[in-house]
Amino acid sequence: MGAPAMSNNMTIDGKHVPFSDGQTIMDAALAAGVYIPHLCHNPQFEPHGSCKLCVVSVNGRNMTACTMPAAEDMVVASNTPELNRDRKALVQMLFVEGNHICPACEASGNCQLQAAAYYLEMQSPHYTHFYQPRAVDASHPDIFLDLNRCILCELCVRASREVDGKNVFGISGRGIGTHLVVNAASGRLGDTNFAATDKAAHVCPTGAILIKRQGYRIPIGQRTFDHHNISEVQMKPQEPEHE
Amino acid sequence: MQPHEFPQIEQQLASVFERHGCEANKLLQILREVQEIFHFIPAAAITCIAAHLDVPRTRVEGVAGFYSFLSLKSAGEYRMLFSDNITDQMQGNPELMRYFCHKLWLEPGKVSEDNLLSVDSTSCTGMCDQGPAALVNGWPLTNLDHARLDLIAELIRVRKPVCDWPSLLFEVKDNIRRAGTLLGEPFIPGAALRATLERGSAATLAEMEASGLRGRGGAGFSVARKWSMCRASAGEQHYIVCNADEGEPGTFKDRVLLHSYADLVCEGMTVGARIIGASKGFLYLRGEYRYLLHQLEQVLAQRRAAGLLGRNILGESGFDFDIEIHLGAGAYICGEESALIESLEGKRGRPRKRPPFPVTHGYLDQPTVVDNVETLACAARIAAQGGAWFAAIGTAQSSGSKILSIAGDCARPGIYEYPFGITLQEILDDCGAEDPYAVQVSGPSGILVSAQEFNRCIAFEDLPTAGAFTVFRRGRDLLQLVQNCAHFFAHESCGFCTPCRVGTQLQKKIVDKIANDHGTASDLEELKQLGHIMQTMSHCGLGHTAANPVLDLLQKFPDAYQHKLKKLAFEPAFDLDGALETARNITGRDDAWAHLP
Repeated sequence: MGAPAMSNNMTIDGKHVPFSDGQTIMDAALAAGVYIPHLCHNPQFEPHGSCKLCVVSVNGRNMTACTMPAAEDMVVASNTPELNRDRKALVQMLFVEGNHICPACEASGNCQLQAAAYYLEMQSPHYTHFYQPRAVDASHPDIFLDLNRCILCELCVRASREVDGKNVFGISGRGIGTHLVVNAASGRLGDTNFAATDKAAHVCPTGAILIKRQGYRIPIGQRTFDHHNISEVQMKPQEPEHE
Repeated sequence: MQPHEFPQIEQQLASVFERHGCEANKLLQILREVQEIFHFIPAAAITCIAAHLDVPRTRVEGVAGFYSFLSLKSAGEYRMLFSDNITDQMQGNPELMRYFCHKLWLEPGKVSEDNLLSVDSTSCTGMCDQGPAALVNGWPLTNLDHARLDLIAELIRVRKPVCDWPSLLFEVKDNIRRAGTLLGEPFIPGAALRATLERGSAATLAEMEASGLRGRGGAGFSVARKWSMCRASAGEQHYIVCNADEGEPGTFKDRVLLHSYADLVCEGMTVGARIIGASKGFLYLRGEYRYLLHQLEQVLAQRRAAGLLGRNILGESGFDFDIEIHLGAGAYICGEESALIESLEGKRGRPRKRPPFPVTHGYLDQPTVVDNVETLACAARIAAQGGAWFAAIGTAQSSGSKILSIAGDCARPGIYEYPFGITLQEILDDCGAEDPYAVQVSGPSGILVSAQEFNRCIAFEDLPTAGAFTVFRRGRDLLQLVQNCAHFFAHESCGFCTPCRVGTQLQKKIVDKIANDHGTASDLEELKQLGHIMQTMSHCGLGHTAANPVLDLLQKFPDAYQHKLKKLAFEPAFDLDGALETARNITGRDDAWAHLP
């Protein structure tokens, strides 16, 4: 009897979350200050729904929060031990799929994969490492592309297409062989029209795309996730950018 | 490859471009032809195609890198792909492949030094009733044995074009063992369309509703509901698509329907088109069935000549509809309807997010119906003979009949049509299964059934199936089946979402570890956890079902794992002896001294 009439009514973990037409569960949650873990989502771009960290239980069925439109009477469970355990497993999968050597990575402290691992209380990679040989492309004068750290979120693909209008990046291969490709016959980033000022150069959640000669400008201890956890940072309207 | 190695590339591709025009939708069809010309997709061709279609180069490279039958590196003048289905394995394909490689001094997966040929394995080619099977440059080879492989090796050595090889090698039989109402009764082309036009579209839709027809691809969605939702959706164009991407290992019924009942299938599409208001339809033919293309084109031509396709069908003014065949290129995931639509649009076969659903936003974002081959054949029968006739066959929730593709350990593999409600035991008796121990119903994504359950029946309310029915006799190592399925899913995952892309690989590694006698109890727990994550977190049905064989085996046949396990609670994934495999391969040794004790 207490349901507010004539207004959009959705709850996430028991909290009433208003939404407007066209908003996804993620949009509504972020606007209402409810954190749902995510890696491939960035509100500035078209939702993608591939990392699956944001999977929530909607009236008992699992759905991807960043792509599922919010709807009347949705009862969403997100911050549950079961879902967080499965999210942690997904982060562990990403860690063993790529080659993420945090102590030697200049993105350490600014890396959302690392921050998500801390947030979900990951103690070890758990799964067997794949140790896939992946290339580092240093051909561009201003930017490194290190595919060892790519988690296939396609944020750079989307940013280059939607914001920069360049289509510098794309995805090729299939299954575990899925990989980022660049828009050049040589396959080298240096032969594309990519620029350090492009939006796509500043959206990588890990350290796969890094601006050269800036590596340790901000010392360890003063980096984004040294002082904030990922929920605080991702809840801010603007995503953090690498300096 | 450097661009300068193909100075003539533009001239070489000119005729391909002329045939397919410059719409980006044609990208996959163009790439298939380029593969046939060069035996791979040269980098220069990618650049050239991107310019021709005015799309980013990354898009072309992305599609070329997605499909198994396209290769970015040279695969040789002859590409021999041995079917890797479990039935092919049981019929001896792994040994035949080794024999063939040995004979031609080859290593699987590598191209010969003279660039003449490469040998590899491929997912089920749909010839389980007449295996061991393979594909050579896309053409199916059946009933392989040493003698046939000797002949094939000789034909390749003398560089005889595949089109001039003896036709006996390519013989594909229908093997219809039991025909029911769908396969057994005569059908006069045009009968269903005439009845539809006489009755009217709304009334025919009502007949579909009355028939209770549900999709034959396995999911069992009501056809009448799907068609009426699409019919009610606003759009500039409506489309109907026949899903002939029969990729589920062990399934080959659509091969037979397309070979011997193509008129029935096309007529079902045309009836559907009339009802939803489509003027264009696609038949998405899996790459493995490319050999059916010419014959299907002929059926379409005959139907055009008979006024059953084209403009003003059967003289009905404004009833315009035609069918275009689109070839796949080796991707199981394209059997998923939204991935199939992506592929039709010339893209990577990546399942779309839902909603929206294809009935409102499908091909080119327009309202689209995607139906299985068998579903459309049923629809034609219903349009001709009425819904009540169909509903009288089968069970309450599963009307009509079901075509099963039966293979494995049985005397008479082939096509069997039964009314829904038939028990597994009756089927096993019919096909001559000797001492059956397990049946995999509906392939790796389906259900593994034990002998205790042979009284269960084929129906949506009990055991739904897309058609595969693979029999295993007592004594078969079911772990080998599960290993085969685990490898299949790992190979076919599209790579889009984390749980499926990584999970199918982890599952494969653990099952391999157990099969190689290194498994422990903790690995079984790991498999259950992985299964749970893939089932609940994946983007589409492939990931949701990828753990089915593993979990079914754990639940129903625990001995199959237990006898393989070490007594230890844990053993590291690293296998010291396994790590020496590369060294053994290089030195060509496999004696006792080349292994750790």
